Amino acid sequence: MSTLLAPTSSEPSRGGVAQSRGLFDRAILRQALGGAFVKMDPRVQAKNPVMFVVLVGSVITFVEACAHPSTFTWSITVWLVLTVLFANFAEAMAEGRGKAQADTLRKMRSDTEARRLRSDGSEELVAAALLAKGDVVVCEAGDVIPSDGEIIDGIASVDESAITGESAPVIRESGGDRSAVTGGTKVLSDGIVVRITAERGQTFIDRMITLVEGANRQKTPNEIALTILLSVLTIVFLPVVVTLVPFGNFGGASVDVVILVSLLVCLIPTTIGALLSAIGIAGMDRLVQRNVLAMSGRAVEAAGDVQVLLLDKTGTITLGNRMAANFFPVGGHSEQELGDAAQLASLADETPEGRSIVVLAKEKFNIRGRDLGPAHVFVPFTATTRMSGLDIGARQIRKGAAESVKRWVGDAGGSVASDLDEIVERVSRAGSTPLVVADGSEVLGVIELKDVVKQGIKEKFAEMRLMGIRTVMITGDNPLTAAAIAQEAGVDGFLAEATPEAKMALIKKEQEGGKLVAMTGDGTNDAPALAQADVGVAMNTGTTAAKEAGNMVDLDSNPTKLIDVVEIGKQLLITRGSLTTFSIANDIAKYFAIIPALFVVAYPQLNTLNVMRLHSPQSAVLSAVIFNALVIIALIPLALRGVKFRATGSAAILRRNVWIYGVGGIILPFIFIKLIDLVLVALHAY
Amino acid sequence: MGFFLTLVLLVVTLGVAWRYLGSYMAAVFDGRVHFLGFVERPIYRLLGTRPEQEQTWKRYAGALIIFSAVSLAITYAILRWQGSLPLNPQHLGAVGSALSFNTAVSFVTNTNWQNYGGETTMSYFSQMGALTVQQFVTPAVGIAAAMVLVRGLSRKSFSTVGNFWVDVTRCMFYVLLPIAFVTGIVFVADGAVETLAGTATIHDVLNGVTQTIARGPIGFMESIKQLGTNGGGFLNANSATPFENPTGFTNFLSIFLLLCIPFALTYTFGKMVGSVRHGAALLAAMVLLFGVWVGFTSAAEHHNNPAVAIAGVHSTVGNMEGKEVRFGDTSTALFGVASTQTSTGSANGAYDSFTPVGGMGLLTGMMIGEVTPGGTGSGLYTMLVYAIIAVFIGGLMIGRTPEYLGKKIQAREVKLAGLAALIMPITVLIVTAVAVSVAAGRAGPLAGLSPHGFTEILYGLTSQGNNNGSAFGGLTGNTPFYNVIGAITMLLGRFAIMIPCLALGGALAEKNVVPESLGTFRTDNGMFVGLVVGVILIIGGLTFFPAISLGPVVEQLSQLKVF
Repeated sequence: MSTLLAPTSSEPSRGGVAQSRGLFDRAILRQALGGAFVKMDPRVQAKNPVMFVVLVGSVITFVEACAHPSTFTWSITVWLVLTVLFANFAEAMAEGRGKAQADTLRKMRSDTEARRLRSDGSEELVAAALLAKGDVVVCEAGDVIPSDGEIIDGIASVDESAITGESAPVIRESGGDRSAVTGGTKVLSDGIVVRITAERGQTFIDRMITLVEGANRQKTPNEIALTILLSVLTIVFLPVVVTLVPFGNFGGASVDVVILVSLLVCLIPTTIGALLSAIGIAGMDRLVQRNVLAMSGRAVEAAGDVQVLLLDKTGTITLGNRMAANFFPVGGHSEQELGDAAQLASLADETPEGRSIVVLAKEKFNIRGRDLGPAHVFVPFTATTRMSGLDIGARQIRKGAAESVKRWVGDAGGSVASDLDEIVERVSRAGSTPLVVADGSEVLGVIELKDVVKQGIKEKFAEMRLMGIRTVMITGDNPLTAAAIAQEAGVDGFLAEATPEAKMALIKKEQEGGKLVAMTGDGTNDAPALAQADVGVAMNTGTTAAKEAGNMVDLDSNPTKLIDVVEIGKQLLITRGSLTTFSIANDIAKYFAIIPALFVVAYPQLNTLNVMRLHSPQSAVLSAVIFNALVIIALIPLALRGVKFRATGSAAILRRNVWIYGVGGIILPFIFIKLIDLVLVALHAY
Repeated sequence: MGFFLTLVLLVVTLGVAWRYLGSYMAAVFDGRVHFLGFVERPIYRLLGTRPEQEQTWKRYAGALIIFSAVSLAITYAILRWQGSLPLNPQHLGAVGSALSFNTAVSFVTNTNWQNYGGETTMSYFSQMGALTVQQFVTPAVGIAAAMVLVRGLSRKSFSTVGNFWVDVTRCMFYVLLPIAFVTGIVFVADGAVETLAGTATIHDVLNGVTQTIARGPIGFMESIKQLGTNGGGFLNANSATPFENPTGFTNFLSIFLLLCIPFALTYTFGKMVGSVRHGAALLAAMVLLFGVWVGFTSAAEHHNNPAVAIAGVHSTVGNMEGKEVRFGDTSTALFGVASTQTSTGSANGAYDSFTPVGGMGLLTGMMIGEVTPGGTGSGLYTMLVYAIIAVFIGGLMIGRTPEYLGKKIQAREVKLAGLAALIMPITVLIVTAVAVSVAAGRAGPLAGLSPHGFTEILYGLTSQGNNNGSAFGGLTGNTPFYNVIGAITMLLGRFAIMIPCLALGGALAEKNVVPESLGTFRTDNGMFVGLVVGVILIIGGLTFFPAISLGPVVEQLSQLKVF
């Protein structure tokens, strides 16, 4: 699974793509301010129907202000332009973070030289940018790998921190699942021959740059649906406002165009319209912050809809390795006797399992490593003996699979204690692996090697269940072992003795039932399943085939990250939904501010509707417009960070958001429009 | 009957109808009721169709359009040629072309807006053969359209949505005709007139005047008028006259009939999608809004009319101007609310004489889109449109692609639901703007260029835009201008909403069903009811608030008090 020499941290990394930046990084702020003005281009604005209406409205009030200049008309015009600028600023802020990351990546890509092999075996130096697919290059210690490729010969330790932020080097070698290398990473030792697999300009880094920049960002399905709803709300308010002219004229009330435009701008959903694309970009960015690259926004959104998570047992649910948990002596031997022999047999065993036996013996009986004298020989594990151990003089200590050790003891003329089989059986049934220890012809007992379930994972699965997501453990273990671990980890189901075909069949079965499935994978044989899953997260340590089949790549290669991805997907939708609700709820207060002001001359009795007791018609309209503009700025942090997500049931989430953004959205503008009015009066503006 | 007794009886009887009529209709539209097979089969043979031969939504819509167009042509032709047709004891001549067009559209769209007085315009043949026929078929068309949407939600990966001809036939023979026949007998038994004889002439010796009493085949038109949420009466005075609505009991029966199918359809919906709870949630939203409007309007009418009070007349029995003493203030308000919120539009009093706020209760009841409970069929499909919009906004708020009954609500569904929801307000606002701007329109209202005059125009066009047919009175509607603009409004209000709903049904039927889980947005609980009510009020409120403030609000505030 993981080929990292040091364990990866599940915390967001601090290097690589995901360089941590504050929400309001100064450089990004400066860039976004400029961007806000650049985006005033009507061709850019036309893509956003809501803000386009505001822009057109500001042109109308501008013309009106030129024709009939007054503080009021000019103030409205300025604030309408500011509304558009604030929306542009929000989008530029969201894009700015991606741009900064792209710049870092670009630096990495530039000016690398490649040592290309000619067909006759000689080397030539070419610029990395000129490498074509199929070229073969040599990289030795200190070289930067010029482009993505497959190792065809050799082995090397590679520093991939430029991409993953993880400083510990990884081993890459020809053949198997660790043969893929990424352009921009650096060979630390040894040398490799690489066949380039990426087309020019299509390398992993190139794709990363495009992604984080959001250059060809496609609107996601839910975003498109929401844009339609916002367009509907914009279209419906156009006749609402325009018909007020004839309605007013009917009773002899003339209607002020500037106020009418103000009313329209206040009614159409400018808040969500202004922040919609920023929310989408920021959602992708949040994934990048956690070192996950989503190949499309669609995948991020699908993650929020996922109902089944397929999780690999090893590395996700359990720690990578089994650990010694218990000693069970047999045939009247003491536990300490067993522990002592087990430790001796494992001293030279550098596997994590072996080390855990040494540690367990030390913890239980305070037995430490000792001087074995000169006459000792370590017996390594081989596939034929399926045992390992130690010979000290004539004393032979072995540990290994039950059948092998029994046979070995039998060959040595010893007898097997009668209770051994029962204990071996019991340990297996509990989902653990039994290792039998023998000293010469005597079987001393059984070491229980246990799969250790990751801390806190059970709680995580309980949260998933509350969110309506089924977790399925995928393992190569036999059904007995799998059932025991599944029970301990608290997953909802498991697929034991999993083959790539079984995995694929499981995904298809769930999808036919209408469910969306997410999975992680790294091997080439995972590729079809990754492609079939709605959300397929490929590990960066995995093969090129896996990375291309999935729709996300986890640079940390941490399979637990799938859970974070789901949460980010949900948070993205929640933020959009909540701000839409807020935006619509705001309209009520704005009506009460503007309608009395609009007709106050013809119908002074309408002042009864002026429930906020705003100072004058002009101050009322201006306060509503200012509120409408400022609320965009005020909500930028929320749009970029996302609405707080809690893993609870849907009813609780809905209740919370309806209260905060629905009811809050009704009340809040009444308060703030009144406050803005008071400030305007205090400033003697009116 | 007292107001509260009426309310209690209504709740009980409508509750029974909801449960049993609702499940009966589900059985009818699922094709499980066959006792009139001998009538059905020849009709299908005549139409060249078979019940198992289902249609895609496009074919279904095509059949619906053809059927309505033919109905329109026939109705128009009968009115134009009634002079040469039988059953015309008063020898009434042809109905004018503009009025015939308006009336034909009005009855084919289930609106029953009447720019004429029945007794002085329509022959018995026109009343029975043209208008009453439409009163039977148009509710069936509405219910059929609703069934498309219901099937869309209940079917999984289906390309067809039912058979239009079969749905309409079954609705007519199994639902509308039996109920209308039985209750028609009750109307006649209680005193509603039913005769083919011409007018009666009475010479009042005491006062030395001669009176002409209009009569005709009224009683059986009465039951379908209410049951089919049609509202178009035989006589100009509609349900206010004893010939149409003779007793307190028939008054109660009228209210029951016009509410029973629209409410019961929510049960039908629940049953057909396999979750009565979902039907009950829609019912709850309807009842909640209906109750608030009844309370609001009755309270307004229980107070004095401020205009009357200014004239120096002080009443202790509420606002009785324009009301039948037989029914009283609050019961008339109840009838009015029931009739305006079901797209019926029948009246047992003069709505023009309601207090401004009471009149606003009726007007706003239509502005929220005729969904509480709305017309036969149209109430349910429009309600489902609002429910889908509520699902979309609410669903996003829990972080999932929104889904209703397992159907994902995506771009196509939002587009169609949005279209269906915005057609009505946009149409009403634009035609009202035209009417208040041109001279022909400005000449309409009795109250002239005043807020009340504005309300009269707004009310008339809102009523037609919602296919209600309720008349505020005070608007001179039988002019070429109002006949034509009204007909356009009614056509848009019916078909420009119905077609997107059929498309929505087709789109939903094609979708697979997402299985329910704990993370699913619940659409059968109190929270959802609240969201739906919120969406209805916000869409209706935000679109009509400015117009309302220039009409009834200004008018009432002139009296410097709310009630």
